[in-house]
Amino acid sequence: MCGIVGLFLKDKSLEPRLGEMLTEMLITMSDRGPDSAGIAVYAKGEDGQGKLTLQAADPGVFAGLEDELSAAIDAPVTVRIKDTHAVLTLPEDKLKEARQAVKRLRPDTRVMSAGEIIEIYKEVGLPGDVAKRFDIPHLTGSHGIGHTRMATESAVTTLGAHPFSTGADQCLVHNGSLSNHNSLRRKLAHEGVQVETENDTEVAAAYLTWKMQEGQSLGEALESGLNDLDGFYTFVVGTKDGFGVLRDPIACKPAVMAETDQYVAFGSEYRALVNLPGIEDARVWEPEPATVYFWKH
Amino acid sequence: MQTFDLSADGLRALNAALQAQAQQTNETAWEVVNPRGSHAIAVGLDAPIEVTVKGSTGYYCAGMNQQATVHVKGSVGPGVAENMMSGTVIVEGDASQYAGATGHGGLLVIKGNASSRCGISMKGIDIVVQGNVGHMSAFMAQKGNLVVCGDAGDALGDSIYEARLFVRGSVKSLGADCIEKEMRPEHIEILTDLLDRAGIDARPEEFRRYGSARQLYNFDIDNAY
Repeated sequence: MCGIVGLFLKDKSLEPRLGEMLTEMLITMSDRGPDSAGIAVYAKGEDGQGKLTLQAADPGVFAGLEDELSAAIDAPVTVRIKDTHAVLTLPEDKLKEARQAVKRLRPDTRVMSAGEIIEIYKEVGLPGDVAKRFDIPHLTGSHGIGHTRMATESAVTTLGAHPFSTGADQCLVHNGSLSNHNSLRRKLAHEGVQVETENDTEVAAAYLTWKMQEGQSLGEALESGLNDLDGFYTFVVGTKDGFGVLRDPIACKPAVMAETDQYVAFGSEYRALVNLPGIEDARVWEPEPATVYFWKH
Repeated sequence: MQTFDLSADGLRALNAALQAQAQQTNETAWEVVNPRGSHAIAVGLDAPIEVTVKGSTGYYCAGMNQQATVHVKGSVGPGVAENMMSGTVIVEGDASQYAGATGHGGLLVIKGNASSRCGISMKGIDIVVQGNVGHMSAFMAQKGNLVVCGDAGDALGDSIYEARLFVRGSVKSLGADCIEKEMRPEHIEILTDLLDRAGIDARPEEFRRYGSARQLYNFDIDNAY
């Protein structure tokens, strides 16, 4: 099954409420995916600064990282620890260097996301509990995507939870299952694109990242996906300033969208949208199969 | 009029109350407020009562209906009036996928659009859609009538048995073994009655009829693999 929620704000005055609104939407989708939950939030920081979200089974390993990493990359680093995750803020041009240094300094950590403004939090457990652990309701931001997982293609683990991020400020969540992910994983490896898990969705995320590295826009990459990704999917993707939706041509995985002057919202079911401001007068529709939808700030 | 607040009283209590209504009940008018997209609202009814749902619903609204009239003043999620036996279900807004699936009887009216697989495996239900229907509508339809006042998506009537399909607008493509058929006076008569009962103002002469070429479900050695 799985549940997806997404919110792309047009009205800046709603930005302080992004986490709160997304959490409410996410919890409504608990019975579509009680195994694990995750959320990607796009929150603008200071100019020139970038973010690295790390995850560790034992958050104790984050102790001392701030100083050690600052020394390693010769730049100021701040570390914000949230349960099993840590969000590192550092100069954007040092992100690549910092990633390599973290690998050396803390080999037991995994990178959840990297980019100018993206933060990703995901864990095993009920969506409400996961949101609480990471204090999601207090997050602010311009757009965000959440996922509740009922696992089919790989084990219930933190790393198997969505969203997946395979490129700077990119993320993808998925309801469905891909049948050609193994062959596609080999094809991507041949192209020099590595994925970290056995999960089918991560392959789709890596595929889109690869297409964009080849020069395609997100919209074009999604169009290419219609030919190359075999299986069932409703995808919601996020970029630094954009928000996209794509359903496979059969479109049996549900999707409802709502748009007002203030926001564009996505829900696997209408239930997820009922508490949004002005939903009574929103334009509510079901996205068409095999059609790319994309909004940009 | 009985008013039921779904957010306060819960779904089980609502369905239990509605399902407990006897044939000769005096409580014939029910109103459900705060549906908030909930699933399985007003399912399994079997009494001549009228239920009005004030808002949008989730999956399987008015499923397995017999005798009752269910009127949704909003949109419905997947599987509205699934396996309906008799009675009437009216949706003021849009319907998600597989509206009226496997329905044996009764009338389903959708005032907005219906998405994919509308009337899949219908077995005698009448479905009237004022807007458009999505792809694979009337897939494996066996009996009954599907009336589409707007356009139909891809693969209309794929692997159809004996249902009648009436479409006023365009058909993106016909599914396997579905063909256009002559509109005879008896079909105009059926359509006039259905449009009338659905309360939709449209001229039956503007519709085209589609149905089974009967090549697929009769045994033919060339169809065997």
